[in-house]
Amino acid sequence: MDLARNWRLKDQRYRLEGTICNKCGAKFFPPRGVCTECKSRDLRAHEFDGHGAVYSFTTLTQAPMGFEAAVPYIVGMIKLDEGPMVEAQITDVNPSAVKIGQRVEMVTRKLREYGEAGLIVYAYKFRPIANGN
Amino acid sequence: MSNIMKPNRKVGIAGYGAYVPRFRIRAEEIARVWGGADEGFPIEEKAVPGLDEDTVTMSIEAARNALARAEIDAQELRAVWVGSESHPYAVKPSSTMVAEAIGASGSVLAGDWEFACKAGTEALQASIALVGSGMAEYAMAIGMDTAQGRPGDALEYTAGAGGAAFIVAPKENSVADLEASYSYVTDTPDFFRRQHMHYPEHGNRFTGEPAYFAHTLNGARGLLDGMGLKPSDFTFAIFHQPNVKFPSTAAKQLGFTKEQIAVGLLSDKIGNTYSGAAMIGMTAVLDIARARAPKTMWYVARREVIDYALYARYRGKLIMN
Ligand SMILES: [Zn+2]
Repeated sequence: MDLARNWRLKDQRYRLEGTICNKCGAKFFPPRGVCTECKSRDLRAHEFDGHGAVYSFTTLTQAPMGFEAAVPYIVGMIKLDEGPMVEAQITDVNPSAVKIGQRVEMVTRKLREYGEAGLIVYAYKFRPIANGN
Repeated sequence: MSNIMKPNRKVGIAGYGAYVPRFRIRAEEIARVWGGADEGFPIEEKAVPGLDEDTVTMSIEAARNALARAEIDAQELRAVWVGSESHPYAVKPSSTMVAEAIGASGSVLAGDWEFACKAGTEALQASIALVGSGMAEYAMAIGMDTAQGRPGDALEYTAGAGGAAFIVAPKENSVADLEASYSYVTDTPDFFRRQHMHYPEHGNRFTGEPAYFAHTLNGARGLLDGMGLKPSDFTFAIFHQPNVKFPSTAAKQLGFTKEQIAVGLLSDKIGNTYSGAAMIGMTAVLDIARARAPKTMWYVARREVIDYALYARYRGKLIMN
C-alpha cells in the first residue's frame, strides 16, 4: 500500500506545503527542488495559506480504484492566490452549487482508505470559503 | 480538604476552535425508519459527518481555528492531545496526524485519550497541568467524536459529530482564565465497546442515575464546594449533554437557571458529541466575546438535512463488499 510514498507526501498533502525560491521568490506546489523561473537550487519549504478560486471542475461518477466509495465527487483545478494551480477534490458542496471563479479554501480530509485493514490517507481538498465570523 | 485542582502557575485559554460537520438527520427521520417515537425525541436533530470526515479531519479544522484565534505558531505547542471514543485507528494515534497537519510536529507531546465522553476534558486538565507546572508555554487539548449508534438503538437518535480544540497558555497570554478544575470518576459499566466491535453497548436506564447524574452532580458540587462558589455566582454553566433532558435536570438540581445553561447546550441541534460535547458548549459560550475564526453557531447553523438512506451510507452502515 505504498507506505513510504504516502509518508513522503504527508507534508504537502496534510498542510499544502510547497517550496519558495530564496533567489526570486517564485512559489511552487507541488514542491520543486529547482526554480523554473531563475534556475536556482536554493529553495525552502513554504506552507501555502490555502486560499484560491475554482479555475475549472468536473464531477466524477466512475472513480479510479480506491475512490469508489466517494462517488459522485468533484475534482477541480484550483488557482491559489499565491500562484500555483492545484488539482484537488472540492468538498462540502453539492456538484450543482460549484461555480468557476468561486472562492475556496483548503481543508484536510480523508482521501482514500487502503481497504479495511490498510492505511487511511488524508490530504488537502478545497471547499467554498467559510465565513463563520 | 478540598480536592479541586489549581496549577502553581496561573493559566488560561489562548485560543479555541469548534467544528461540526454540515449534514444533519432529524429525529423524526430516524423514527420513520425504526419507529419508537412514542415517548418523544431526546433531541431535534444531530450532526452527521461527510464521507471524507472523521475525528482526525474534524480535529484538524478545530485545531486550525484555535491557532487562528491564539495567533501563535504551531511549533510553540508542546502538546497536541486528542480525546475521542471514535479514533479512526485502533492502533496509530490521531494526535500525531493532527499535529503534523497543523505544523506542530517534532518537539511535541502527542497521544490519544479515550474515556467515553470525558476524554476531551481529561486532556484539557492535563494541558492545564503541563502549562501550570511550567513544562510548556502552550498545550492543545481536543475533544472530538463521530459517535456511532447501532441502527434502531436508542443511542442512534443522539450519537452526533463535532467537538472543539483549546490552547492552554500562561494567564498573561490568555483570553480567559482557567481558575480551577475538579474530576470525579468511578468504574461504572454504562457504556463500552469491545475491540473489533463497530457499535458500543450501553446500559439503557442504568445510564441515567448511577452514571450521568451521579458523576455530573458530584463533579459540579466538588468544584463549587472547593471554590466556595454557588450557582448564582456564574453567568454561564456548561454540562455534558448526551441529550437535552439530562443536563437540564442536573442543572436544575444544582440550582442553575435555564438562562445560565442555554448558550452552552447544543445537543438539541447537533446531538451528543461525546468527548466534544462539553467542550463545544464552552466554545459557544466563549464566542459571545470573541471572533477571528468561524464561530460555533456558524457551524451549528450550517446544515444540510439528509434522509436515512444517505445517513446510512455516510455512516458506513452499508456493506459494499
Ligand atoms: Zn527563482
